[in-house]
Amino acid sequence: MALIEVENLSKQFRVARKPEGGRGRLRRLRRDFADVHAVDGVSFAVEAGEMVGYIGPNGAGKSTTIKMLTGILVPSGGRLSVAGFEPSRQRRELARQIGVVFGQRTQLWWDLPLADSFDLLKHIYHVPMARFAANLERCVELMEMGEFLRTPVRQLSLGQRMRGELTAALLHDPAILYLDEPTIGLDVVAKARIRAFLTALNRDAGTTVLLTTHDMGDIERLCRRVIIIDRGGILYDGALDPLKARFAIERTLVVDLEEPAPPLEVPFAIVERVEGPRQWLRFQREQTSAADLIAAVARAAHIADLRVDEPSIEDVVLRIYAGGAGERFSSTPSPG
Amino acid sequence: MGSELALYPRLAWSRVRGQVEYRLSFVLMLVGYFAATVADFLAIWVIFLHLPLLAGWTLGEVAFLYGTSYVSFKLADMVVGHLDVLPTLVRSGSLDTLLTRPLGSLFQVITIDFGLRHVGAIAQAVCVLAVACVTAGVPWDAARVAMMPVTILSGTVIFASIWVLGASTVFWTMGNGLEVMNTFTYGGNQMANFPINIYAGWLRRLIAYVVPLAFVTYFPSLYLLAKEDPLGSPGILRFASPLVALGCVAAARFAWGQGIRHYQSTGS
Repeated sequence: MALIEVENLSKQFRVARKPEGGRGRLRRLRRDFADVHAVDGVSFAVEAGEMVGYIGPNGAGKSTTIKMLTGILVPSGGRLSVAGFEPSRQRRELARQIGVVFGQRTQLWWDLPLADSFDLLKHIYHVPMARFAANLERCVELMEMGEFLRTPVRQLSLGQRMRGELTAALLHDPAILYLDEPTIGLDVVAKARIRAFLTALNRDAGTTVLLTTHDMGDIERLCRRVIIIDRGGILYDGALDPLKARFAIERTLVVDLEEPAPPLEVPFAIVERVEGPRQWLRFQREQTSAADLIAAVARAAHIADLRVDEPSIEDVVLRIYAGGAGERFSSTPSPG
Repeated sequence: MGSELALYPRLAWSRVRGQVEYRLSFVLMLVGYFAATVADFLAIWVIFLHLPLLAGWTLGEVAFLYGTSYVSFKLADMVVGHLDVLPTLVRSGSLDTLLTRPLGSLFQVITIDFGLRHVGAIAQAVCVLAVACVTAGVPWDAARVAMMPVTILSGTVIFASIWVLGASTVFWTMGNGLEVMNTFTYGGNQMANFPINIYAGWLRRLIAYVVPLAFVTYFPSLYLLAKEDPLGSPGILRFASPLVALGCVAAARFAWGQGIRHYQSTGS
């Protein structure tokens, strides 16, 4: 049996529909309701030790799925099994098997030093002293947290806090780690540190990781497998590489030249847009690397500044719709 | 349940440490609460400037009711009063984080804070109660000494249960109507300060049998003060407070359970 089994999972929310014009006041008394299918017939399985990216545009049903997998929400239909438990019925038993990090929320005690939050969690989860010490030491070492363990959480930087959140989620040796936007708002260095830690965790402890993110960089560096969800249904479930080859091949180099120039002519890139001294060059990763392209641009003009834009999840989803909804894409777009 | 009781002191203490960090402001707050609630009792005292008896009750006896009720009320406030943050927890999604832990949801919401600031008000009520214990003419014996803590504890549990019941409505109303529930907690305490025979019949029945405020202090005080009930209620009611408190706990647990279930199926 797989560690996480999801079969035909669905969740409907009943929301009040805004009354349409007309005799406003009277109409407002009688409220119309509409059922929104936030998750609509989703099935997948995750084996122990996998690292899976669960991605999709805003409102696609990602968070709703995660909330059902953790037992926070009760599904409206379908079957769920996580580590042998039925999440909504056995929420508290399941809680000992999972770690959860919601990037936008904290599970730490705001007014206490970080170390005190860990100590409280040790008691909440009944973590034996030796396990606790070993787990904490590993996290502190790998994520370089020694300096700020005694700092109150409210004074931590976002990057420091996120390292604290990850540690807090792992003290009780969960079999599964759910991460919801773990790198949101972090700078490049902080992102790299979190990604390196997650890779090591998956490799050394065999922790299964389910990750939702908007950051294609997270996905590329962490996940071999991705599940793309849109409008409540699964659009793609499979390896990342073929997906990238088909849909996420185009990147954009944005350069600020020292002075305005006509569209640059460099091999393997098409100038998409020119705005004063700024130019957008689209290129495909099979044909040239970002480094080669930058070198080519530098030979043609003086560069003041630059950045490379990765395709967003939204772009990928759009291309899947536009292009190759072939037989391997279980695409069942539903209304709502 | 057992493991949560064992955890409570640790979590409560962690909340206290955060508050006591700013020592001066904390002390000022305690003094402020003490002073503010002294005014509460003065209002009762003023009534007795014009009356020797209030519906058959002396100043000492009413002070006794005030003391027992207020100590119970503020103890409950200290432990569960911060349930009024529940709408914020639900809106911000923090409740979701709590639901990923291996603990009961109510327990976790309660341990988000510990209202140590209420110690100021409790101290004031204990002072009034101590004076009343001497001046109200309690015929002290072993049974009555034992009955005192039972009364305070039952009252605390009744108030706390009413609080939880009120907070449970948040899962349906998203916090609209929490003010209505405050009339039962804060307002209920004000009513329990006075002997219930001063109230009109329907109101009296409401606070005796529906929202069982009369069991917080009125009925047990009839026994403690060895008074005849001017309303002629059955004598057994004087000892029923612990049972009523247990009933309130059951009702509160049921309401909270329904509320969380509603939340888990609607997500809001």
